[in-house]
Amino acid sequence: MTHGGGGRAMAELIEGLFHRHLKNPILDQGHDAAVFDVPPGRLVMSTDAHVISPLFFPGGDIGSLSVHGTLNDIAMAGGRPLSLTAGFILEEGFPLADLERIVISMARAAREAGVPVVSGDTKVVEKGKGDGVFITTAGVGVLPDGVSISPSAARPGQAVLVSGSIGDHGVAILSKRENLEFETEILSDSAALHGLVAEMIAAVPGIAVLRDPTRGGLATALNEIAHASGVGVVLEEDDIPVAPDVDAACELLGLDPLYVANEGKLICICEAADSDLLLKVMRAHPLGARAARIGAVVDDADHMVVMRTGFGGSRVVDWLSGEQLPRIC
Amino acid sequence: MQGVGFRPFVWRLARELEITGHVLNDGAGVRIEAFGPVEALEKFLVRLTAEPPPLARVDRIDIADTDPAPVPVPDSFQILGSGEGAVATGVVPDAATCPACLADIGNPSDRRHGYAFTNCTHCGPRLSILRHIPYDRASTSMSGFPMCPSCRVEYEDPDDRRFHAQPVACPDCGPRLWFEDADGREAQGDPLAVAVQRLRAGGILAVKGLGGFQIAVDAGNETAVRTLRHRKRRPDKPLALMARDLDQILGYCSVSEREADMLASAAAPILLLQKAGPALAESIAPGQDRLGVMLANTPLHHLLLAELERPIVMTSGNLSDNPQETENAAARQHLAGLVDGFLMHDRDIVNRLDDSVLRLDRSGVSMLRRARGYAPASVRLAPDFDQAPRVLAMGGELKSTFCLINGRDAVLSQHIGDLENAQTFADYKKTLRLYLDLYRFRPDVIAVDGHPQYLSTVYGEQLAAEFGIDLLRVQHHHAHLAACLAGQGWPLTGEGSAYGIILDGLGWGEDGKIWGGEILKGGFAGFQRLGHFQPVPLPGGAVAVREPWRNLAAHLRTAFGPDYRERLAGLPLAAALEEKNMAMLDRMMERSLNSPLSSSAGRLFDAVAAALGISFGRQSFEGQAAMALESLARPFLKEERGYAVDFKSSPLCLSFVALWQQLIADLHAGAADGRIAARFHLGLIGGLADGLSRSGGRPGDAVVFSGGVFQNAIVKDGLTGRLKDMGFRVLNQENFPANDGGLALGQGVIAAARYVAGGD
Ligand SMILES: [Fe+3]
Ligand SMILES: [Mg+2]
Ligand SMILES: [Zn+2]
Ligand SMILES: [Zn+2]
Repeated sequence: MTHGGGGRAMAELIEGLFHRHLKNPILDQGHDAAVFDVPPGRLVMSTDAHVISPLFFPGGDIGSLSVHGTLNDIAMAGGRPLSLTAGFILEEGFPLADLERIVISMARAAREAGVPVVSGDTKVVEKGKGDGVFITTAGVGVLPDGVSISPSAARPGQAVLVSGSIGDHGVAILSKRENLEFETEILSDSAALHGLVAEMIAAVPGIAVLRDPTRGGLATALNEIAHASGVGVVLEEDDIPVAPDVDAACELLGLDPLYVANEGKLICICEAADSDLLLKVMRAHPLGARAARIGAVVDDADHMVVMRTGFGGSRVVDWLSGEQLPRIC
Repeated sequence: MQGVGFRPFVWRLARELEITGHVLNDGAGVRIEAFGPVEALEKFLVRLTAEPPPLARVDRIDIADTDPAPVPVPDSFQILGSGEGAVATGVVPDAATCPACLADIGNPSDRRHGYAFTNCTHCGPRLSILRHIPYDRASTSMSGFPMCPSCRVEYEDPDDRRFHAQPVACPDCGPRLWFEDADGREAQGDPLAVAVQRLRAGGILAVKGLGGFQIAVDAGNETAVRTLRHRKRRPDKPLALMARDLDQILGYCSVSEREADMLASAAAPILLLQKAGPALAESIAPGQDRLGVMLANTPLHHLLLAELERPIVMTSGNLSDNPQETENAAARQHLAGLVDGFLMHDRDIVNRLDDSVLRLDRSGVSMLRRARGYAPASVRLAPDFDQAPRVLAMGGELKSTFCLINGRDAVLSQHIGDLENAQTFADYKKTLRLYLDLYRFRPDVIAVDGHPQYLSTVYGEQLAAEFGIDLLRVQHHHAHLAACLAGQGWPLTGEGSAYGIILDGLGWGEDGKIWGGEILKGGFAGFQRLGHFQPVPLPGGAVAVREPWRNLAAHLRTAFGPDYRERLAGLPLAAALEEKNMAMLDRMMERSLNSPLSSSAGRLFDAVAAALGISFGRQSFEGQAAMALESLARPFLKEERGYAVDFKSSPLCLSFVALWQQLIADLHAGAADGRIAARFHLGLIGGLADGLSRSGGRPGDAVVFSGGVFQNAIVKDGLTGRLKDMGFRVLNQENFPANDGGLALGQGVIAAARYVAGGD
């Protein structure tokens, strides 16, 4: 494709491609803006820009990821997503076939999530000024009454749950990007979590914190929560689910799964008394089948995340800026 | 110093010489006013420095005339109470039981016969029981034991050895000893007799020692030692021994006169001694040619060992990487599955103090771990440190210590340990706050390592914000160099510089890369990097430190390129590598995937060890591979010649292509592992000596050695000898560890110099 004024035919081509695959009544109105009814209650809104290499990876691609990312941001506030918008920045020369693959994947993710893409925009930049394609999505959702989920709501005594095994997405991306071959292909866990969240909230409306541990992984997300809430967190290493192949890959690569990104997992902090019920609800949902209680919120003036390791040891799980650097002298 | 019996010593001396006046502690030290005939005063002065009590140290005497003399001149000599601000004189280290107290506990007619908590002004607990200042009984964990009338008489009599001995105690008023089984039930009968009987039967016991819980087992019982290793999950790391007396040690190790003195000193460290004579249990120090041994150093240890025929293993009472236990309740909870019983008492341990570890090399003393018996004794810095700011230096990440620079006194904390362990980190913060309190120390500036992710760096940033003061970041190996100079009385200001050969594991470099094998030149205010080892990838980052095979692959690939494995064809080593996921490792290095470049010296040792199949897949403790390599090499040093090391210049880079070529040729030729290990050590020594000359070093120049690799005696002794032969002035640092345990001292003096220079 070409950029600038001369690409009118191309622009129409792209427009057509989007409309064909993302088709829905609101998008079909043909406005530059989407017009739709809102249900009663508070609205939730979020936006997320997606830049990823490689664009296609085992278990997903930038298209599905850009849908899941924003839906999960809404879900982590407790919101039920209503609709999405998408903005594309394409690099001149990006293969149309790849673009179509991405749009089809996006449409499928949106359809499966039950959330339409109601408006969009595309710009093409000069060759060398982009990295194939960047996608920004925004979403709007509605917050059920009585829900008050916040990263600063963790309190000592509460339980820390995770919806499944950690580290899959980051390892999947890395192996694809660096062409690493493991015995079995590791798939990204990219998924939309609002369905799971809706069932969790229905069972326990008083959930304190929800957070999707994306970039920086479980460790970073928990440190952010500990800091925002002014508490400490104690994790039990043996209880943190890590898939054996992900674990083996991390061991070989020298990565700590606690710091590896996820795109289809959530951390839930709730009253200890609610944790069994929540785990039951989570495990009954396909996206929470391996949900586990991994630790507890504690009183700690230094707001540290600490992990009890096997045989009585304990490790500081600190907040890293940038990538992990060896600290051993 | 407080609590070392210096004032009563002055008092007795004055009375003997018929001198009148008084003695008191003030903020700066001891102040004496003395009146008498000139000859008596002169004698008094000589004897003050010549024969101070065992724990006292006279740094300096300032003399001033009292003009005019007071009227009337005092007619007696008195000890006055401490003045306010007796702070700078600080806290003394804990000291091993003195001969007089040992005689007391062995004397059936003494009221302290068999009493496990006997002490006096010349010995006993100090830092380990201190909660806050001023140092008196109420400030220690003896506060809950009111003195009985007999003890009080001794405490108040300047002529008594126990005058003002704060922890003074006897069976009537002091701490109590008991034995309890793993289930918490107290055993009937004499607790020491029960403990001895259990040890003889191969039992594993927790003993509440001076600075923490220890674990004891019969050192001659291989089955019991193996059980201990299994339960403690400590497969390989050498275990320390404790012996009743020197004779008992001589049965198993060779001990020189100087080593005997070190063992018997008030600090009573663990000393690494050459094995000699019949072996004790084989799994005490597998693969090592040395044993770590200390003498009984508290009355409790003396009483326990008196009845045992052999030395006992005396290792730290902890699980995994946790710090050793100090509290009864926690010890019961955490050690119950590990030991068969507890020898307990009710005197609280306030400050955890591990046993210190030293070694006497041909080139001098090597302090390997500095804690009990040494901390918190201060080191005297050069006179111009009078103008230094108060610096709090935070240390490193492993083997952590911190340091307070307080004018000419540098106070280095005891070894605290590896901060990644959450309990150790909590202990580090607690101990740091205690020291700030003990020394009433309010820093002007905080010094941290350049590594942004060291927990000590992050905590230092927090403290700087809390105190509203500046933070200075100090390059890791510059701090190593400066620590050596500080211990030599190097001036704060001035242009002087020394060469530093730093052989280290990994440290944050100024270029964002990881450094470790460095030739530096500098002083406190700055440094130049004149040379370094060839940077080599660390495939997997920190994992590469645990897995020597990764470093072998990385070194060979750096030396020979991607086809490096072809050179190993036919060697057992090739087969061992094939077992690993080499495709992945090569890919990681090719793509720089979590494979940061490092000029580490420690990883070179790991690589060479792996080439000989030592700790090939994994080492279970830091330095394991290098220590085994050193032990292998020692018998062959005299008859071997070193491998060649090559150089690339500007900037100087020691590269190891030739070394690996020769080493692989030796492997193909079937040379003995010990010979290869010796050739490697000697080659490195030769290469470094050559590298120093190529860096501009000339006869007469000062050189210091630092970094964890200098715990290797072959390298330290060999390089010292070689450089002295070349005319260099080698300054050996005996008082602080060459590893990161000494880092904080270097950070502190560098920050002081930079602060004074106003450069930041
Ligand atoms: Fe170091
Ligand atoms: Mg977002
Ligand atoms: Zn004594
Ligand atoms: Zn008494």
